[in-house]
Parts: sequence; structure tokens; C-alpha cells
Amino acid sequence: MDLTLRVWRQAGPDSPGRFETYAMPGVSEDMSFLELFDVLNEQLLADNEEPVAFDHDCREGICGSCAMMIDGRAHGPEKGTATCQLHLRKLKNGSVITVEPWRSAGFPIIKDLAVDRSAFDRIVESGGFITAPTGAARDANEILVPKEASDAAMDAAACIGCGACVAACPNSAAQLFTAAKYSHLSLLPQGQPERYTRVVAMVEEMEKYFGSCTNHGECEQACPKEISIDFIAMLNRDFVKAQFKNTRLSGQRA
Amino acid sequence: MTATQANTGQHRQPVHPGTPPAHPVLRFWRSAVGKKWIMAVTGIMLLGFVFAHMVGNLKIYLGAGPLNTYAEWLRNLGEPALPRTVLLWIMRIGLIGAFFLHIVSAAQLTRMNQRARPSKYQSPRDYAAASFASRTMRWTGVIVGLYLIFHLMDLTWGNANPRYVRGDTYENVIHSFKRVPVAIVYILANIALAIHIFHGAWSMFQSLGLNNPKWNRARRTFAMGFATLIGVVNISFPLMVVTGVVK
Amino acid sequence: MKLDSHVPEGPIADKWDNHKFDVKLVNPANKRKFHVLVVGSGLAGASAAATLGELGYQVTMLTFHDSPRRAHSIAAQGGINAAKNYRNDGDSVQRLFYDTVKGGDFRAREANVYRLAQVSVNIIDQCVAQGVPFAREYGGLLDNRSFGGAQVSRTFYARGQTGQQLLLGAYQALARQVHLGNVDLHTRTEMLDLVVKDGRACGVVARHLITGQVKSFAGHAVVLATGGYGNVFYLSTNAMASNVTAAWRAHKRGALMANPCFTQIHPTCIPASDDFQSKLTLMSESLRNDGRIWVPESGTDTRSPDQIPESERDYYLERRYPTFGNLVPRDVASRASKREVDEGRGVGPIKNGVYLDFGEAINRLGRHTMEERYDNLFQMYERITGDDPYKVPMRIYPAVHYTMGGLWVDYNLMSNVAGLYVLGEANFSDHGANRLGASALMQGLADGYFVLPATINDYLAPLLGSPAVGTDDPAFKAAESNVADQTNRMLSVKGTKSVDHFHRELGKIMWNDCGMARSAETLDNALSAIPALRDEFWTDVKILGDGESFNQSLEKAGRVADFLEFGELLVRDARDREESCGGHFRVEHQTEDGEALRDDDNFAYAAAWEWKGVGEQPEVHKEPLTFDNVHLAQRSYK
Ligand SMILES: Cc1cc2nc3c(=O)[nH]c(=O)nc-3n(C[C@H](O)[C@H](O)[C@H](O)COP(=O)(O)OP(=O)(O)OC[C@H]3O[C@@H](n4cnc5c(N)ncnc54)[C@H](O)[C@@H]3O)c2cc1C
Ligand code: HEM
Ligand code: HEM
Ligand code: SF4
Ligand code: F3S
Ligand code: FES
Repeated sequence: MDLTLRVWRQAGPDSPGRFETYAMPGVSEDMSFLELFDVLNEQLLADNEEPVAFDHDCREGICGSCAMMIDGRAHGPEKGTATCQLHLRKLKNGSVITVEPWRSAGFPIIKDLAVDRSAFDRIVESGGFITAPTGAARDANEILVPKEASDAAMDAAACIGCGACVAACPNSAAQLFTAAKYSHLSLLPQGQPERYTRVVAMVEEMEKYFGSCTNHGECEQACPKEISIDFIAMLNRDFVKAQFKNTRLSGQRA
Repeated sequence: MTATQANTGQHRQPVHPGTPPAHPVLRFWRSAVGKKWIMAVTGIMLLGFVFAHMVGNLKIYLGAGPLNTYAEWLRNLGEPALPRTVLLWIMRIGLIGAFFLHIVSAAQLTRMNQRARPSKYQSPRDYAAASFASRTMRWTGVIVGLYLIFHLMDLTWGNANPRYVRGDTYENVIHSFKRVPVAIVYILANIALAIHIFHGAWSMFQSLGLNNPKWNRARRTFAMGFATLIGVVNISFPLMVVTGVVK
Repeated sequence: MKLDSHVPEGPIADKWDNHKFDVKLVNPANKRKFHVLVVGSGLAGASAAATLGELGYQVTMLTFHDSPRRAHSIAAQGGINAAKNYRNDGDSVQRLFYDTVKGGDFRAREANVYRLAQVSVNIIDQCVAQGVPFAREYGGLLDNRSFGGAQVSRTFYARGQTGQQLLLGAYQALARQVHLGNVDLHTRTEMLDLVVKDGRACGVVARHLITGQVKSFAGHAVVLATGGYGNVFYLSTNAMASNVTAAWRAHKRGALMANPCFTQIHPTCIPASDDFQSKLTLMSESLRNDGRIWVPESGTDTRSPDQIPESERDYYLERRYPTFGNLVPRDVASRASKREVDEGRGVGPIKNGVYLDFGEAINRLGRHTMEERYDNLFQMYERITGDDPYKVPMRIYPAVHYTMGGLWVDYNLMSNVAGLYVLGEANFSDHGANRLGASALMQGLADGYFVLPATINDYLAPLLGSPAVGTDDPAFKAAESNVADQTNRMLSVKGTKSVDHFHRELGKIMWNDCGMARSAETLDNALSAIPALRDEFWTDVKILGDGESFNQSLEKAGRVADFLEFGELLVRDARDREESCGGHFRVEHQTEDGEALRDDDNFAYAAAWEWKGVGEQPEVHKEPLTFDNVHLAQRSYK
């Protein structure tokens, strides 16, 4: 099939950027979108032009490295699919495809399509963990977790930290990522002791870098793991609850 | 965000700087999630008001007597426990407070969101979920706000209504709506309000964390129904007057 | 050089406990005085750094990823083994130990494997405490599945994303330590040299991938947890950036590289579709629990699979290995597929696969259950191939997946260079010539959470009071200029061919001559082809851009340059090992029915290679392996 790519090129964080147009004739429809970029980069190299920089690693939709805004959609048109898993057979032959980096103050551009997503790490560092020093754990089966709760926690935990939610959100909010990380831990019995300190810490850290959620729901559509905005509601509720909670009493209910 | 941080790929400087205040209430107010909660709570108050106001206004269809009696009843509300108009004023103050907090939060969050994406996408977006309503909340909100000022000048203070007669609510309304441009303003503003409510009355459940998969579909239905009801009924008033059905 | 494995005395079941008692300790107040560098943030590295940080050591963590959570461990799908015996099906530490030694075709060190089996139990407890959402049953207890090479159900899993969930657990523990200031995290920082002074590892030199800055990091000990080298084959199931560089540069500074020829080919991967293919995707081994593998009896059968009647299908694994059936170990399953395809019975457009059929399981268990178990894998398959496995059988073929070889380490996980520890897939330790499914995650976490934190104090305790070598030391300066030189050298070639071109060419040599089946002839061929390709690389590689900015071709060039040296060693090791065992199959050495034929009299050792220079014949050191607890036997899965 034949495609035309319009790709955002930007030499560094502060350099001006622009779209460049590249013709990609005769590409195979079995290729993945990143393989299309591999081919483009080979082509550019042959023309003595610098290859397009883009983050990628696992190429199977799990590491969360790949990140491209494809025709106005984070990760492109296919639902529940990361850029690396998007195959050309899902695109229209002959179309012009515009590719941009994620845009958010929380994700400064490094070069071309690569952005710095380390603000996500800061959010996790602020409280996205369960304090369980190595060696102190009791037998795994002593903690019973209802299957529904465990499944819900897994739904949230499936987040790959790709940042598509931020990229897609009209407000550049990181609510879905933070909610996913938060809910995973707070849905489980193990996560209860730190639940309310966790929610405040994570929300405050998140708000240092990102916008606010006004419930557009765009994030859920863009998320390659189809994480539900139901978790955002949970985050919001617990954040408010945390304000009213007398945590000294939290040992009273088993 | 300075270039050096992006250079090292180690984001440690916040986009929205500042340290949280110590007092829990201020801290809550400072956070966007807190503000959204306040918007939702005030939004519910506003929804309640708009609904009650709409029900009251329906008396227009019963004629001058019932509407004026109703307006008078409002002023007497709370008697004899409270002196005349006191309860009304308490409600007015609550309403003013709600509008104030709702609008201040909206303005601050809008600023925050603008800072969070200083450079926009350079190619057109293709939205999959964000609706026209959700993306225009600011504008529909501002329209409703401006309308409100006009509306008060028109029907409460009377300075925008040359034939205003204090106490004669029915005639005031009829005279006002008979003017075609005013009727159009009312219709457009209430369309904006309906759109605002269409997203707002769903969104507030999320902001409050009222989420249960068993009930989630009902939230959409509720918002849709509520917005339609308010929109249709409120628009009917100027429409009926301007077309001469109600005189 | 004498290789001392430092395996403690005593009965195998007591070795680890005794050893933990015998090692020197560092008292809590003194731990802050020690600085440990951890390179790599996969399961092994993240768990080690988090645990050392908790203990009170000052830790510096380097990873070339933009976040520790992206390490390649994230991609592991199927599960993690542990001898919990929650199923009451006869599992025990002893059985896991036995299965692993046997599965490894008797080329692993018994004492290490026994310890691994012991510690496996604690890993699950630890992970659950951290909030890893393992699959559960309705009663709230943990669920298990079975995996290749075992007759018990001892594999814990989190949907098809076990590696992701385990890594997130370790990453979160690490994040906590970063927040507390115990771990200093450097992302997008690639280690490019090891600094050794007076025989001790005392630091690393790294390049920042965005600024290009070359920087030294000093510490009392260096821990490498940098993963496997499967990408020497170009196409593999490994992530694109997985590489051998850290281990290889350490090797060039004196660390021995052991058993590099032990590479694992995974039987259930999606076959390649075209030349642009950049990597192969694994379909978890767990699929073999419910999927049945077959090919049409006739190689000329062009009917669609559902049109082929049962009687004309050859379920060749079930036929040849009635006891284990579709669950035979990976090497056995892979070679069996190769045989079918080589004999012309392959399926798919280019006849390079075999069917993995779920029809029977879907009928028996219902679609709903299958969705619960495998939906994300099925979806992944559909995305890649466009076929729906709920309707048509999957097409699968073996691909390079895991590397058992790696830097040589002793029982304490220390390499022959004092103070250099190697964990996870980067070391050679526990899997012998073949790794069982769900055992790599177990080993990475065992090393990081439990083994290293218990053994590193033995090395550090005597160093109390002696400060770490400073980064202004000449040894650091020399390493820094070595790194800068290599960067400049690569940039200055200004040839005509891309880095990927060389990688792809190397991959072809490796796969064709040193892949699933190897012979003296193919290996000799590779031994002459690789140096030639290497020379061509250094005269004709083309890299644009400079060394002071984010330059992904430059990054990759360094890794490919190392693969071009390392590949040669891998082939040499394969040439030297005149036997077949596990993942290493020499066609000259097979039984009558085509199974691997070991030669325990001559090859029951780990081959640890010493670097002698580019193109020079490396020297082999042998660590003899003795089997006192598991009887040496021909593996049979019949
Ligand atoms: C597709 C797939 C599925 C798998 N499924 C399973 C399974 O179900 N069960 C199982 O037990 N095993 C499985 N495995 C194997 C298992 O995932 C790996 O063996 C294991 O995760 C390796 O962990 P590690 O910590 O040793 O290394 P990795 O996770 O590979 O981490 C290496 C780290 O080192 C860093 N690094 C490397 N070089 C440098 C350098 N020079 N400078 C700085 N940093 C560096 C990288 O950034 C990375 O963080 C699977 C493997 C694959 C490929
Ligand atoms: C009677 C009038 C109004 C009603 C009934 C109303 C109702 C609501 C409701 C229920 C919400 C959702 C809150 C949430 O999700 O938490 C909302 C949001 C919002 N309102 Fe209003 N509002 C009114 C007037 C205004 C005015 C005057 C403005 C601004 C000038 C405004 C601006 C906004 C904005 C910007 C939002 C944000 C969208 C969101 O958070 O979902 N509103 N409104
Ligand atoms: C077409 C629809 C509407 C009609 C016919 C209408 C009519 C009136 C009338 C007649 C009054 C004066 C009552 C009195 O003085 O006794 C009034 C007051 C008021 N209206 Fe409306 N209104 C409409 C829509 C709205 C909307 C949408 C809002 C909110 C955004 C609103 C907010 C108010 C407020 C705040 C007052 C003042 C109440 C007070 O004095 O306590 N109205 N309205
Ligand atoms: S929530 Fe979804 S879109 Fe956001 S980072 Fe996680 S996986 Fe990506
Ligand atoms: S799109 Fe943005 S506004 Fe909220 S629901 Fe998603 S974060
Ligand atoms: S490259 Fe890993 S998710 Fe796309």
C-alpha cells in the first residue's frame, strides 16, 4: 500500500518544530506502525537526513514506550491498541497521516516524537506503592482477596504508563494514569493502611505537572489498555474522603 | 519547565509550582480535585435552583394571579419563624455563594489547564469521547453567567426593562419577552444552559466519586433527561410569549 | 585462573541457611557508609536496588530506559513458579529443584538451583504483600496453572501480564526508596564501561542518552542486572533495546562469560511475515495448557484448518510424548516444530508455522473461560496477524527467547571480578542448558530480593572504613576516554550502511548457523562470517548526527558493535561443546529418535570464557558440575 507521512520534526526541547512530508510508497500492510518508521528512517539515512527520534522498546504493547499522536488520536485510530501494535492494514491505502508528539507541559519534548514522561515516575514515587519491606511478608494465602476485587485491581494495574491519557485529554490531565495506579493498590486489602495518605500524596504530585480532569472521557478512549474512567471517580471520592477521615480511627474496622 | 530538565529527561520541576498551605481546608481548595468537588456541590445547588425556578415559572401558564401569588409566597417563606424575606435572602446568599465558588473554581481550573498545555497540537484533533458539551463548558458557563446579569437587570432590578413594575411579576415577564431580541437572548441562553447541564449533570457524579457500575448508565440518562427538561420548559416561556400564545 | 564457586559445605537442604549464618554482616548504622551501584531496572535490578535501599545502603541505579518500569521484564506473560504446593498435588522444594535441574539438562549448579527453589516460596509472599494482583479463585485464594516441563501446577500468574505486574511491584518498592532518598535514580543513562582497580570493581562509566554526557559513578560494589543477549539473533522475542553491552564491557574488563551458547528457542511465537519484521512476538507458553499443536499429515494440504478432518491431522507432540504431550519442555517442543516445518508440513502463507488449536478447549470450557484465561493474548494475536484465534487456530513457530548463558558468578552471585555482582538473566547461574517456563521471573526476583541482599555484606563488611575509589581516579579517567573514543570512532566511520543492516546480517548468520540446530560445519562458517561482518561494520557503518544529543542510531551502534564481538564467542562456545544439551543442539550428537544426546563424561562443566582481545582466541576455564542429589539421566518426556 502507499502512504504519506507528515511527521513533526524538532531538533531539541527549545528548537522550533515543523511538519515534514515523506512519501512511503509500496509498504506492506502487515507492517506495524513503528516498522513503517523503521523503513522511513532507513530511507532518511540513505538521503543523509537524520532519522526520526521516537521511543519504543517491546513492540508488543506492554512497555509503554511508544507514543505517537496519529491523525489527532493518541496511538492512532484502533481502540485499545498502542502505536507499536497498530498495523497498517487498519489504515486507508493512499492516506496522508499526520504524526505529532504528545503535547503537555508535563511531557516536554526531547526530540522529534520523543517526550520526557518522568513526571509519571514522580507521581508513583510520591505514594504509588505499598510499604512492604522485603522479608516481612506473611504467607501469601493468608490474605484473601475476593476475585472481583482482584480482577478490578488487575484492570487498573494493566496501565502501561504510556501517557496517551494525558496526550488525549483536552486538559492535559493525568487523572486516568494516577487513578489507575492509585486504584490498583487501594482496591486490595494490602493497600488499605496507606490508602488515604496515598491518595492525597499522589493527587498533589500529579497536579504539579498536569491539568485538571473535567470528565471528558477522552483518556479512556485513547488508553491502549482501555482503563475505565470509573477509576477516576474512585480517586476523586477517596481524595475527598481523605479530607474528612480521622485516620486515627482507621484501625477500628477490620 | 526549563530546557535543561527536558535535556536530561529527569523531570523534577513542577509545571504548577508552589507549596501546599498547611491548613487542610486551604489545601483542599488548592487542589484541582478539591475544586472540582466544590464545583459539583455548587453545581447541584444550581441545578436544584434552576429546577425549582423552572417549576415556579410554570405558573406563567396558569395566568397572572398564580404567578404573582407564588412570587409573593416566596417572599413570605419561612414566616412566621423568620421575618418576611429573611429566608429568601438566606437562599439568595447561598445561591450567590454557589455561583461565586462555581465560577471562581471554573476560572482557576481553566487557567491551570491552559498552563498544562502551553503548546497546542499542530494538527486537528479527532475526538472520540469528548463531546461538544464537555469541550464548551467554559463558554456555555460564561454565556449563562452573562445572561444571568441581564436576566436580573431585566426581571429583578428592572433596569433593563422599561415597563418594569415592582411586584407585578407576570406583566414584567410578558412585556420583556414580547421584545423579539430579548426572547432570542433567553432562548439562546437556555440552550447554552441545557448544553452545560448535559455534561455537568453527568460530570458531577464523577467529580463526587458517585460511581457504581450497576448505576452508571442511569447517570447519563439522568443528565440527558434533566438537560432536556430544563431546556424545553425554559425555552417554552419566551417562545410562547413571543408567538403570542401566552399574553 | 581457578574458578571457585564458593558453594557452602553440608547437605544441600541446609547450605543456604548455614551460609546466611556464616557470612559477615554490616551493622545497620554502617550500611549508609556503603555505596552500591545497580545497573538495570528489570526484576533483578529493581528488586535488588529496592531491597538494598531498605536495608540502608546508599544505592545508585542506572537504566537506559526512561523509566525503570519499562525494563524488558515487563513483557513476560505466562507466570512465575513457586514451590508453594497450594494445589496439594505433590509439589515441594525438592520437586521444583529436581524439575529445574532436569529441565536444565544437567548443566546447572545444584546448590544454586536448590536455593532458588527454597526462596521461590518467599517471593510469592513478598509480591502479594506489595499488591501484585495475582489471579485468584472465587474463595479469594491464589490460583495456579501448569507450565511446560512440570507435572504439577505451581505457576502463579496475573492474567497474561505476570512480568508486568511483578516488575511494577518491584518498581513501586524502588520508587518508594527513591522518594526516601535511599536510591538515586538515573534514567536514560547507559553503562558503557566497568571500572576495575586493583582487581576490584569500583564503578562504571555511563553515557547520558539525551545529553551525550559521559559520566562516572563510583561505588563499593557494582551490581549488573542488565538482562539477556537474545537480540544477538536480531529477530527474537526480546525488546528492541535488549543487549549485551553492559555484560560484554564487563567481560572485556576481566569478567568471565559462561555458556554463551545456551540460548533458548521458544516454541510458541508468531512466525515472521516479511523482511521488515523488527521483532517476533511470543504467545505465552501457558497457551499450551489448552491449545493442541498439530500439522496436516500431508505437506501438500492447502485446505483451511477447519476443513481438515481429525484423522488427517498429526498432533505430533501428543503422539511422540504421550506423558507430557503438549507440555514438553521448550527445547523439545521447538525442535519438534522445526522438524515438521523442515519436512515440508509447515502451515501459513510461507509454510513457516504449525497450528496451535483451541477448538477443543473452547468446546470443552466455553468461550467465556477461554476469555478469562487468554483474552489479551488472543487479542494480541489478532492485532498482529489479522486472524481471530477463537475461530481459526493460531500459527506458531519457535523464536529466540531467553539466554541461559551469561557472566559467570559464584554461589554469592559475585563474578570472578571482586565486587562485581551479576543478577537475573545477565548471569549464567540457575537454568543450565535450558530454562523451564516461569522460572526466569523466579530467578530474577530470588536474586534481587533474597540472594544478593544476603551475600553482598560478606564482601562489603571488610571494606568498612575504606572509602570508595573517587571518580577522579585515573582508572575512571581511562574508562571515560575509552567510552568517548568508541563514540567518536563510530561517528567517524561515515560509511554507507545503517546500523540495522549490520544487526540484521549478524542475526541471519546466528540463526542459520547457530540457531535451533548447529553443526561443526555451520559453526565454522559463522566463525569466519562474523569477523568479516565486524570489519565491514567498522569501515562502512553510517551514523548521522553527533554524540552530544539524543541519537538513537549511535546508541544502537554501540550495542551492535558489542554483538558483533559477542556473537563470535557464542559460536565458539557452541563449537567447543561437542554434545547436545538443552537449548544447544549439535546435529552430530543426537539419539536415534532425534533427541539431544549429552556427553556427561566430557562436558559436565560450565565453560567460562576469558577475553583476550578482539579476534583473539579466548581462553576457556571450566567449572566442573557434580550431581549428588539429582541423578544424571537422559531426559525423557515420553
Ligand atoms: C516475551 C517474553 C516473555 C517471557 N515470559 C516469561 C514468563 O512467563 N515467565 C518467566 O519466568 N520468564 C519469562 N520471560 C523471561 C524473563 O522475562 C526475563 O528473563 C527476565 O525478566 C529478565 O529480567 P532481568 O531483570 O534479568 O533483566 P531485564 O528485565 O531485561 O532488565 C534489564 C535492565 O537492564 C538495563 N540495562 C541493560 N543494559 C544496560 C546498560 N548498558 N546500561 C544501563 N542499563 C542497562 C535495562 O534498561 C533494563 O532495565 C519472558 C521473556 C520474554 C522475552
Ligand atoms: C445555573 C447555572 C449553572 C449550573 C446549573 C451549572 C451546573 C454545573 C454542573 C453540575 C457542573 C459539573 C460539575 C462537576 O463535574 O463537578 C458544572 C461545571 C462547570 N460549570 Fe457550571 N453551572 C452553572 C453556571 C455556570 C457558570 C455561570 C459558569 C461560568 C462562568 C459555569 C462554568 C462551569 C465550568 C467551566 C464547569 C466545568 C466543567 C466540568 O467540570 O465538568 N457554570 N456546572
Ligand atoms: C426562560 C426562563 C426563565 C424565566 C421565565 C425566568 C423568570 C424569572 C423571574 C420572573 C424572576 C423574578 C422573580 C421575582 O422577582 O419575583 C426571576 C428571577 C431570577 N432568575 Fe429567572 N427566569 C428564567 C430562567 C432563569 C435561569 C436559567 C436562571 C439561572 C441561571 C435564572 C436565575 C434567576 C435568578 C438568580 C433570579 C433572582 C431570584 C431572586 O431574586 O431571588 N432564571 N426569573
Ligand atoms: S492509563 Fe492508559 S493511557 Fe494512561 S498511561 Fe496508563 S495505559 Fe497509558
Ligand atoms: S480526558 Fe481528561 S478530563 Fe478527565 S476524563 Fe480523561 S482526564
Ligand atoms: S513499544 Fe512497548 S508499548 Fe509500544
